[in-house]
Amino acid sequence: MNKKAIFFPSTVLAAVMSLVAGSAQAAYELNLKAPVTEIASQIYDLHMLIVYVCLAIFVVVFGFMFYSIYKHRKSVGHKAEQFHEHHTLEIIWTIIPALILAAMAVPATKTIFAMKDTTAADMTVKVTGHQWKWEYDYLDKDVKFISTLATSQDQIQNKAEKGENYLLEVDNPMVVPTGKKVRVLLTATDVIHAWWVPEFGVKQDAIPGFIKEVWFKAEKEGIYRGQCAELCGKDHGFMPIVVEAVSEDKYNEWIDAKKAAATAANAGADKEWTKDDLVANGKVVYEKNCAVCHQVTGAGLPPAFPAITGGKISTGPVADHLALVLNGKNMMPAWKALLNDVEIASVIAYERNALGNSVGDIVQPSAVKAAR
Amino acid sequence: MSTTTATHHDDHAHDSHGHPTGLMRWVKSTNHKDIGTMYLWFSFAMFLFAGAMAMGIRAELFQPGLQFVQPETFNQLTTLHGLIMIFGAIMPAFVGFANWQVPLMIGAPDMAFPRLNNMSFWLLIPAAILLIASIFVPGGAVAGGWTMYPPLSVQGGMSVDMSVFALHILGVSSIVGSINIITTIFNMRAPGMTLMKMPMFVWTWLITAYLLIAAMPVLAGALTMLITDRHFGTHFFNAAGGGDPVLFQHVFWFFGHPEVYIMILPAFGILSTIIPTFARKPLFGYASMVYATAAIAVLSFVVWAHHMFTTGMPVAGQLFFMYSTMLISVPTGVKVFNWLATMWKGSMTFETPMLFSIAVVFLFTIGGFSGLVCAILPVDIQLQDTYYVVAHFHYVLFSGAAMAIMGGVYYWLPKWTGHMYDEKLGKWHFWLTTIAFNVTFFPMHFTGLAGMPRRIPDYSQQFAEFNMISSLGAFALGLSQLLFLYVVIKCIRGGEKATNQVWEGAHGLEWTVASPAPFHTFETPPQVK
Ligand code: HEM
Ligand SMILES: [Cu+2]
Ligand SMILES: [Cu+2]
Repeated sequence: MNKKAIFFPSTVLAAVMSLVAGSAQAAYELNLKAPVTEIASQIYDLHMLIVYVCLAIFVVVFGFMFYSIYKHRKSVGHKAEQFHEHHTLEIIWTIIPALILAAMAVPATKTIFAMKDTTAADMTVKVTGHQWKWEYDYLDKDVKFISTLATSQDQIQNKAEKGENYLLEVDNPMVVPTGKKVRVLLTATDVIHAWWVPEFGVKQDAIPGFIKEVWFKAEKEGIYRGQCAELCGKDHGFMPIVVEAVSEDKYNEWIDAKKAAATAANAGADKEWTKDDLVANGKVVYEKNCAVCHQVTGAGLPPAFPAITGGKISTGPVADHLALVLNGKNMMPAWKALLNDVEIASVIAYERNALGNSVGDIVQPSAVKAAR
Repeated sequence: MSTTTATHHDDHAHDSHGHPTGLMRWVKSTNHKDIGTMYLWFSFAMFLFAGAMAMGIRAELFQPGLQFVQPETFNQLTTLHGLIMIFGAIMPAFVGFANWQVPLMIGAPDMAFPRLNNMSFWLLIPAAILLIASIFVPGGAVAGGWTMYPPLSVQGGMSVDMSVFALHILGVSSIVGSINIITTIFNMRAPGMTLMKMPMFVWTWLITAYLLIAAMPVLAGALTMLITDRHFGTHFFNAAGGGDPVLFQHVFWFFGHPEVYIMILPAFGILSTIIPTFARKPLFGYASMVYATAAIAVLSFVVWAHHMFTTGMPVAGQLFFMYSTMLISVPTGVKVFNWLATMWKGSMTFETPMLFSIAVVFLFTIGGFSGLVCAILPVDIQLQDTYYVVAHFHYVLFSGAAMAIMGGVYYWLPKWTGHMYDEKLGKWHFWLTTIAFNVTFFPMHFTGLAGMPRRIPDYSQQFAEFNMISSLGAFALGLSQLLFLYVVIKCIRGGEKATNQVWEGAHGLEWTVASPAPFHTFETPPQVK
């Protein structure tokens, strides 16, 4: 508390100085991001149009008001007239705005129809929101992976310098080819999230139990960054979306590489693992997937997120532990959909034999496979 | 308020039935003025409390990174800030005005149901206690946003139940209060005061009261379904059991959109009272104002899904709600034009209430325009759940509702206390508030457009500069309100003696009674020509 009290005035000062000086970042951004899809540019144009219309009306209307404030004041001796009705005027200022709005509605309607047209897509990716990560499933390619925030806790807690893409970077970006119509199927497993990439003009809620469709066709290669746009709990601010639009060749290479990596990971499932190897591997899996709720130390955040250290499940029978991790419970996700056999065996080994626990037993990846 | 106590002693003629003094005067009060006073103080206390939470939010957002609170606490701050400002500050303030002013303006001796009136007020207290106590239960306060969307709100701890119960109580209070106001307006107007001769403020409250009666039960329904989903195994909002999470949003916003008009129509009424006074000219287009208000009220029930443009409704639904939302800005525009025409060729002076009113017309219109931008569905796809929406609703709710309330307080304070407030300090309060408000909220249009989501405790570095400006503005805005408190207390304690008329250009029955308004007024109804 005390530290913060001292910390605040000095940072305020430093911060205000940097405000005046400006920074190297693309700061003071005033408008929508530069669009890279047809829909996003239509949105951009619609926005400019409505802003100009509003500005014009605003200037005229408040021109009158300030003129009146200037001229029709008692201090300059203006005498009040007593009129209080003028039907023609009242009809005019009802009709004109209505007409302007009707004119605005026409282009907006066209864009809505275009946005909704998900037919004739070149490829389909199913995107699933989980607290607090995104899962991408390339339905026609058999490629599936989880994408989580890559920014370190140290940066977030101000213990390390913040990187260029602070909070907008992930370990596994979604990769798409340019010039192809990508249909995105959105859903979620726990609460509502929203998948949003500003440059594509796509924002769609991901609703548990329902599948919603959107589409985009990226016209330009590049890396596009967005964020979850529906409050989804504690780490809502920490589940960004990163999409890389690349040439078709690069996209195919990427698909092949993803497939090869998945095969390699699955190969480990049938071999016999030692406890130490599993625990070592489990640390990585735990910190990437579990620490957001159960904390890096295993202390949890009771009552919502129980502790792993000395926990009833993590020190109880291993079969229960496996069942919980596979199938989830309340806010605990069902990890069988998200992690492979080696990862699940590893994280169980880690939870039982590290983080202050030393139960001693493990499950082999082959047993996980059998239990699915 | 000590001055009102004094008044009631002056008022010997009515003391025959002996009303309680001291604390019991307030607890058992059935007097519309005392109850109005309590509503206003309650509202102000909640305003400062929720404002303090906003200071916490802005402190955390002062810089990128987490400095003061962790994400879960941050979500609790934003949620409670929203709930308390809406249900604890804005709505009770308007009920306070209704209590004080409706009987005075229509020449009635009191509200139609004085005991119910007492109950409406005292229900607020347990509700406020529940909301505030929920901060201290295991798991902390509600953190799912003031909109409380499931499934997130189904995950929350017992604070969700406490808040829902608090909202149920507040709903009862609002409905009872509204029935009281409607009955008063229909049955207790002075002879000669036809409906179309009623002061505009009374009209707006009449329509607001109907909105409340129609909307609050809908909220209660949504919240009750939420509770049964949480505890009794129903699946209204759970797809796994055949329900639909989006159903909650439909029901919630069917309440929620009328609710935003509940918070602005009485403000329109206040503006329509203040502007003619200081322009020394009758309200322009009285009849069309009444019709515009009624039109807004009716339309407000058919625009709700503009809060849900990103849920993925079918095209037909999207088009309907886009068109209806665009339509509702027409009657809103008519009101603005009418206020300007009222000022036109008047003989204006710029006392604090008038300054607030002009600022509200100007700034509320900015909020109306950003609402129109959000109404264009494809554009809203980019703006939904960003800081742009935060900017929009603060322009309509702070520089609309809250600043109209402040203007109204300055306007009627001399009638309530018998003293003129300190005009110089009032103007200071006005300028500080207006400037700080714009410094705080105008940059949010930009951060929203550039892609900053709302309800996040930390943001990427591109938003750092504007957030810092917003935070500095917010601290100034928060501090300025302490000046308001000071001016009000100073005015209650003393000051230049107010005349009955108070303002040169004021019209209406409330200006025919003494200042401060005696404990009992209009026991024999006045005659309205
Ligand atoms: C010209 C009239 C108005 C129009 C066209 C309009 C339109 C909209 C739209 C389309 C949204 C949804 C934005 C989004 O979430 O993406 C919105 C949000 C909102 N509006 Fe308005 N609005 C108008 C006036 C008002 C008024 C008068 C108030 C209150 C006094 C108000 C309060 C709000 C609030 C509180 C929200 C956000 C609720 C939330 O998500 O937390 N609006 N408005
Ligand atoms: Cu989220
Ligand atoms: Cu609305």
